[in-house]
Amino acid sequence: MTRQEILDELKKVISPYTTNKELLAGITEETDLIKDLKINSANLVDIIIDAEAKYNIEIDYDSADKMINVGTCMDVISEKINERG
Amino acid sequence: MHKRVVVTGMGVVAPNGIGLPAFLQALQNSTSGIKLIPQYRELNFSCHVAGLPDFKWEKLANYLSEVTLHGLKGTNIGYGLVAAMDAWADSGIACETEKTRWETGCVFGNSTADTEAMKNVISRVDGKEARKLGSRVIEQAMNSGVTSYVSGQLGLGNKVITNSAACATGTQAILMGCEYIKHGYADRMLVGSTEHVDPYMYGAFDSMRVLSRKYNDQPEKASRPMSLTAGGFVPGSGAAALVLEDLEFALQRGARIYAEVLGGCTNSGGQRSGGTMTAANSEGVIRCIQGALHNAGIGPKEIDLISGHLTATNADKQEIQNWVGALGCKNGQLPMTNSLKSMIGHCLSAAGSIETVASILQIMHNFAHANINLDDPNPEILDIAGVDNLPVKMTKKEINIVAKANFGFGDVNSCVILSKFKR
Repeated sequence: MTRQEILDELKKVISPYTTNKELLAGITEETDLIKDLKINSANLVDIIIDAEAKYNIEIDYDSADKMINVGTCMDVISEKINERG
Repeated sequence: MHKRVVVTGMGVVAPNGIGLPAFLQALQNSTSGIKLIPQYRELNFSCHVAGLPDFKWEKLANYLSEVTLHGLKGTNIGYGLVAAMDAWADSGIACETEKTRWETGCVFGNSTADTEAMKNVISRVDGKEARKLGSRVIEQAMNSGVTSYVSGQLGLGNKVITNSAACATGTQAILMGCEYIKHGYADRMLVGSTEHVDPYMYGAFDSMRVLSRKYNDQPEKASRPMSLTAGGFVPGSGAAALVLEDLEFALQRGARIYAEVLGGCTNSGGQRSGGTMTAANSEGVIRCIQGALHNAGIGPKEIDLISGHLTATNADKQEIQNWVGALGCKNGQLPMTNSLKSMIGHCLSAAGSIETVASILQIMHNFAHANINLDDPNPEILDIAGVDNLPVKMTKKEINIVAKANFGFGDVNSCVILSKFKR
């Protein structure tokens, strides 16, 4: 999976959790999930669960803590995809 | 200063109509909301019928953000939200607010969380997949789920509390909100209740052998309060909400006033002297009704209409007897009495609020709705109440004061006195 493919898929995962679809369409690696996309912090766990199902991976607590902006989410997801092999 | 409490907005999700215009039309046309539920036959229940609102889940998109709606599973919360937000909009106040509304509180009741939705939680946990449950379960499982959603959508910042008193829940919520305003703690209270009888709760009632089972082939005839063939109640689901305001506060903002809540009483028979977990202590019921009249400052002769609890079980006769006892009227001279359950079944926690909205509509439009299916009245009940006092057709009549009561498991009672608004 290329980084662009991961980003495209990640947008779909995040979509139900933000009302700002315009901002979502134009997200960059620096976009912050809580500060920019105004995602409720409690919902981050739902994004992680949905990402696990989407990529068939498991995201442990320590990795989940790193998922603050779009870039770090992509880092964790590609790391887990590679681990899965 | 003695504060008066008025109703300035109402919303309803009833088995025979969603929204005030549809519900009013159903009341005036004696429309039943009881339907056959094939699933109940497949589940080997004795009763196969229920009162279910014709509720389109996707319409919640008009009430909630996509983010909030995503992951919402609790049917009782969906019903409650629509009733509450419709009532709010009906009172002429905008739903959206940036600031917290410190002057407005909320008392909203319910029985249990949606057990059917909780089934998913149980199977996930049993399957050792608890980590996949996500963030949205607890807020819907907690008893205060409905109040949390309602107060969050509307930014309510005064007392926000969830009440639960079985079938007396709805009337009790209205009374609690009314008392809070009368005591001067809040200017406005959004009150109401919601109920979703999912198959698990329904099955447990079915097992108690308290449900109607002889009219499965004629659903609209299955709920028969006060009739000789009354063979148990028909479970109903739905919700209703009312906006209560301090009169002066309402007048200042130029609010439209539907009716006045004069007062009421809620008590318990203590499960003594004939009262049990499931049966009412008559003395408790009589005290509750008399306490309501006293609190409202009216005499028994001023009551134009009784909106009874009257579920279509063998408790109906005792209830009628208790009304006669409480009001001190002669046999055959009970005020006109009706039971909305004949049309929508017994909506349990939601019964009191839906029936109160119906009562206020009858006050506003001067009619008593029919007791449908009362083509074979129990002669003993007829004798106590009086043949002309149990309308079998929609009856036009000046209605100034309605006594609305509900009695519930746990031997709890609640009675609220509603009046046409007069300055």
